[in-house]
Amino acid sequence: MSCNSGTCESGCYREEYSGDDVRHDRPLVTGNCQESNGVSSRGGDSNSPGLCIKCKVNETIVSTHPAIAAGGGDCIRFCADCFRSNLFGKFRFAVTSNAMISPSDNVLVAFSGGPGSRVALQFVHEMQHKSQKNFDASRDRSLPVFGVGVAYIDESIISPIPSNDFDSGIDEMKLIVSSLAPPSKQFFVIPTESIYSPDCAAGRDQLTKLASAVSDVTGKEDLVEHLRMLSLQKIATENGYTKIVLGTCTSRIACHVLEATVKGQGFSLSADIQYVDARWEIPVVLPLRDCLSEELNTLCNLDRLKLLLHDGSFFYCQDSLRTIDVLQQPRSGINGLIASFVKLLQQENPSRESTIVRTAGKLTPFCFNRIPEVGDDNGHLASQRRQKKYNLKPNESLPPESFCIICNSPLKKTGSATFNDIDNGETRAAAACSSCQYQILPKDPSSLEYFYSLLPRSMSARARDGNISHELLRDQIKDYLLSDSNDGT
Amino acid sequence: MASEVVDATAPKPRGGRFCTVCNERRAALKRPKTLEQICKECFYAVFEDEIHRVIVDNHLFKPGERIAIGASGGKDSTVLAYVLSELNIRHGYGLDLFLLSIDEGITGYRDDSLETVKRNEIQYGLPLKVVSYKELYGWTMDEIVKLIGLKNNCTFCGVFRRQALDRGAALLKVDKLVTGHNADDIAETVLLNILRGDIARLSRCTSITTGEDGPIPRCKPFKYTYEKEILRSWALNLLFTYAYFKRLDYFSTECIYSPNAYRGFAREFIKDLERIRPRAILDIIKSGEDFRISTSTKMPEQGNCERCGYISSQKWCKACVLLEGLNRGLPKLGIGRTRGLNNERNKDMKETNGTKALQSKQFGTLDF
Repeated sequence: MSCNSGTCESGCYREEYSGDDVRHDRPLVTGNCQESNGVSSRGGDSNSPGLCIKCKVNETIVSTHPAIAAGGGDCIRFCADCFRSNLFGKFRFAVTSNAMISPSDNVLVAFSGGPGSRVALQFVHEMQHKSQKNFDASRDRSLPVFGVGVAYIDESIISPIPSNDFDSGIDEMKLIVSSLAPPSKQFFVIPTESIYSPDCAAGRDQLTKLASAVSDVTGKEDLVEHLRMLSLQKIATENGYTKIVLGTCTSRIACHVLEATVKGQGFSLSADIQYVDARWEIPVVLPLRDCLSEELNTLCNLDRLKLLLHDGSFFYCQDSLRTIDVLQQPRSGINGLIASFVKLLQQENPSRESTIVRTAGKLTPFCFNRIPEVGDDNGHLASQRRQKKYNLKPNESLPPESFCIICNSPLKKTGSATFNDIDNGETRAAAACSSCQYQILPKDPSSLEYFYSLLPRSMSARARDGNISHELLRDQIKDYLLSDSNDGT
Repeated sequence: MASEVVDATAPKPRGGRFCTVCNERRAALKRPKTLEQICKECFYAVFEDEIHRVIVDNHLFKPGERIAIGASGGKDSTVLAYVLSELNIRHGYGLDLFLLSIDEGITGYRDDSLETVKRNEIQYGLPLKVVSYKELYGWTMDEIVKLIGLKNNCTFCGVFRRQALDRGAALLKVDKLVTGHNADDIAETVLLNILRGDIARLSRCTSITTGEDGPIPRCKPFKYTYEKEILRSWALNLLFTYAYFKRLDYFSTECIYSPNAYRGFAREFIKDLERIRPRAILDIIKSGEDFRISTSTKMPEQGNCERCGYISSQKWCKACVLLEGLNRGLPKLGIGRTRGLNNERNKDMKETNGTKALQSKQFGTLDF
């Protein structure tokens, strides 16, 4: 029905829709300018070109670091220092307004070596460092300093990395973590297979079998991601961490929005893209949710260049936001297609990623998309009050009845949970979302039992025991429940 | 595109490929939706049966209703007209069917496809009504483009077509309008609304029926039908008509004035996606249906245009604003948000995103 020419002369849709649509013949003005970066763009005209519009003193990045100011945007407006503080400002705002980190927390930062988690780690450290200084300087020592740990999940059993690269990558990461002190931080390098058992060989074997049982490329990649979260949860629970920090940025979320859409996961999408995801035992927070990958890349490049320019030799310095490229895996299958698609769209319009995330941000989140309130800690009620409150209707604020056993996404009550063909009385057969049923679970029923046996206990337990909120609920009302023998069934 | 047809017609001498449905006849093609090998007869049967199921399960029609089929002469509406008239007889829907065609006045494009619709009228025995921009508005698209150029011409055409369809439907005194929007179209629209930040449209664009609170509800029986299957159905049908070679040109013709780049992005992406995972098209639609969108999303207040009486959320309906611009030689009137608006008449137009009324919300969200 619709037309399909490649060239656009009419531009009919471009100007007409969302406020952040930007004409592509004015590349200097990007969507960023309209976002809350605390800088008004009106001062642009009265500035001399090349001077930072915030401090009006230093030269803009495009002048001082022409090699990295490829994308325009903030590089044209800010100097390196103001750019950095702008980014940190977004991080800090996300943390405080969503009550992500409280003084009594132990925060585990998931570190992949990529720019997102590198910046997340850096900013969390800086926040902790400042907190420590305040603590040392204060007389009554009332506010404790939150703890920080770092975790890297080694998925090489599924996606192999040349062992030289792997070893040097891990060494670099260790150096980075040790340089981010004081306060010092534990660094965990945990292989995925350890979610099975402490016995590495048995775990490796089971994991390999599980991975090879998934024929769909995208399904396999997604399964690895779900296992990654389980691994992080396990490390956090076993080592006393109370929050998990991910370096997920706007760009990554934009991709996830489209990924979930094309996989039929529209219902659960809003659960995955908020600042806070507390459906897990250890809540997961996304403090870089408002930062674009381009900004994070620029920040890493900025500091790296500063390092090189300094005296030409290579030395480790606290400012070095080096990323570990050898450990990065490109996405494949549908996820890879979407990554290229979003990149293309972003090139065509630099505010596209933000628009996608903003649109998806208008979807109604779930009740677990905020930090659970802790009533007994009086000193921190202020931060509780500051937390974003979602206006959920009564039926929307009820916890979902069930979650997918593979990806933990909330299941819509009507029918998406039903299995097409299994009818052997197993209650757990029902609890997978249609996307996981299609791309992860085996097609024929006879392989299904075997597949379930390969799942780590933390996954299959979801099915057996039902979801957590039901348990909690039951706990609360058990005194009022009649025992089974009384109701005659 | 021609290769699509070749696919269906190429004989399969390599023995043994039987239709997986009837197991009797030789498979003639692979079903785009499910990739199963299927013969022509079974393909028609399953294609038509699925449409019948959609119509029944979604309660699209009631016996005795008068239904206008939006007919452009393209493959979707041609197949729609054929299938509907078939099913109407076969399953006794009891509907009075009409063809409604819009003549935008685009030489070399619309006049050709109108010939197809006229042929459909004869072939399927469905009365045809043609409504033209010229008689409704006093302007053809050719004349409009001559005045305003190639920027924003789609805006005019879209607004005018919406009203034209409604007016035509009113003239025919029909109860509903059906259009040939297929699964690919709807999936594209879901993606576009996500990309462009239009949450309000996102909440409505997967509905199979829209505009129930307006004068003429519209429904899309092809909501779950893959474009490729419509193409196969249409192409297969053609093979056995004498006009085969002449007609083949039509479905590869796009409107000569409309390079709509943005939908092109989504379209390309969906084609690539379909290659990896055909069911993804339906998954997008499912996601669109399942999005948790607050029902308190603001809807515009429904009033009537002061000038022509058509439904409008503003003082003047969008068509009247655009027409005013054309007639006064102000081609930018009503276009965009802050450019060239006439202050004396339409102060309120300036504040609103004029295009919110463009595809007047109460009439659904898709172009014809």
